[in-house]
Amino acid sequence: MRWLPLLALLLYCLTAGQARAEEKYVHAVVADPYIELHTGPGRGYPVFHVVERGGAIEILKRRTDWFKVRTEDHREGWVDRNQMLRTLQPDGEPMVFNDGSREAFTEHRWEAGVLAGDFGGASVISIYGALAFNSQLSVELGASHVLGEFSNSYLGTLGLTHVFVPEWRASPFFTLGTGIIHTEPSVTLGQSQDRTDQVGYVGGGVRVYITRRFMFRAEYRSYVVFTSRNDNEEIDEWRGGFAFFF
Amino acid sequence: MERWVRVFLLSGVLLAGCAHRGPEDISIPQSEREAGGIIVPEVERREIKPPKIDAENFEVGAFFGIMSIEDFGTNPLYGVQFAYHIAEDLFVEAAVGRTEAGLSSIEELANVRVTENRDFTYYNISFGYNFLPGEIFLGRNTAMNSALYLIGGIGGTRFAQEDKFTVNFGIGARVLATDWLALHLDFRDHIFATDLLGSNKATNNLEAHIGITVFF
Repeated sequence: MRWLPLLALLLYCLTAGQARAEEKYVHAVVADPYIELHTGPGRGYPVFHVVERGGAIEILKRRTDWFKVRTEDHREGWVDRNQMLRTLQPDGEPMVFNDGSREAFTEHRWEAGVLAGDFGGASVISIYGALAFNSQLSVELGASHVLGEFSNSYLGTLGLTHVFVPEWRASPFFTLGTGIIHTEPSVTLGQSQDRTDQVGYVGGGVRVYITRRFMFRAEYRSYVVFTSRNDNEEIDEWRGGFAFFF
Repeated sequence: MERWVRVFLLSGVLLAGCAHRGPEDISIPQSEREAGGIIVPEVERREIKPPKIDAENFEVGAFFGIMSIEDFGTNPLYGVQFAYHIAEDLFVEAAVGRTEAGLSSIEELANVRVTENRDFTYYNISFGYNFLPGEIFLGRNTAMNSALYLIGGIGGTRFAQEDKFTVNFGIGARVLATDWLALHLDFRDHIFATDLLGSNKATNNLEAHIGITVFF
C-alpha cells in the first residue's frame, strides 16, 4: 500500500492539470440567431449542430479560419471565422481576432519571408528576417543559396532598409548593407579552390500588402564583391517572393 | 460731494472687478473652461484585446520512403518537414530529405566512380493547395478528416559535392488521425540539371514517402 499516496498525488496532479486546462479556454456568447458547428475545419464538412442566440461556447483551438468550439452540452465542432466574429466576449464586447491589417502592416515590428530570383545569371533562393525600429527603418538579416552552372555560393547579409511611405499598400524601399559570400566552384570543371569574400550591396524594391499578415516583396540589389584579386566583382540580383509580418 | 461720487465709482469698479473674477475662484477643471463651460464627458476608451486562442497552424514531422535518382538507382530516403497553413486551402512547406546514390550502369560496367561522395541531400520550399478535402471512414464509427493536395516549389539538391537548383512538384494525401496528428502519403518529382554522366541534362528524380506530423 506504499504506492497509494503516490497514486493519489498523481491523480490529483492530473485532475488539477485538467481543471486548469479547462479554465484557460476563451468563452463566447452567440449573438447571431445561431451559429453552425461543422464536423471538420473546412467549408465542405457537414453541419451537425447549431447553437442559438445566447448560447455559451468555449473556444478550444483554431486552425486557419476555423475555430473548434465546445457547447454547454459538451458537443465539439468547427465554426468558421465569419460566424465567430459575430459572437460576443463574456464582457459583452464583440469578438475580435488579431489577424493583421493594413494598419498592422504599416506598424509591424517583425517580418520574415522567402525570395527567389536571379543572381548574376545563377538561381538564388533566400530567406530573410527583419526587425523594425519604427515604421520606416528596419534591420535585416538574410541568407541566400546561389545555384549556378559553374559554381555555388552561400551568401549571408546584414543591412538596413528604409521604407519611404509605409502607409501605402505598395510602398517602395531603399536598402544598404554588407555580407559574406562563400563560393564553391563546380567540381566537374576542376577549377580553383573555394573562396570567401566580403560583399557590399545597395538596392531598392517594393513591398505590397496582400491580406491578413502577408505581403509580396520584389527587389533589386547591386552587389560589389571585394575580392583578393586586382578588380572587384559586380553582381546584379533580382528577386521576388512572399513574406509575413507580426 | 465730488469725493463721494469718486468713492462710489471706484467701489463700483472694484465690485465689477470682483464680480468678474468671482467665478474663477470656483475650481473648474481646465478641460471644462476650455470648452466654454460646457461639460465634456471624459470617456475612457477601452482597449479591445483579442482573446488568446490556441492557433494550430504549424505542422512539423518526419518522413520515410524511397527515392529513385535518375541513373543512380533507388534507395531509402528519410527527412523532416515543416509546414505553415495560411488558409483552409493553402499551405507552405519546407522540407529536407536525404538518401544515398547507388551505382549507375556505366560505373558498374566500367568499374569507375563518378563521385566518391554518394550522399544525396535536398531541401525545398513549396506551396501546397488542398483540393478534394473529405473524410475517410474506418468501419461504422470512425471518420477521419483528409485532403488530397497538389504541391510544388523550388529548392536545392546537393549531389556529388555540387548544388543544383531543383524544381519539385507532386501530389499527396493527408489523413488526420486526431485534430493534431496527421499521416501523409506523398509522391514527388525533383527535377534538376546535371552533367555528372557527360552531357548536361535535366533529370527526373521520383520520390514516394509516408510521413507523420503533428500540428501545433
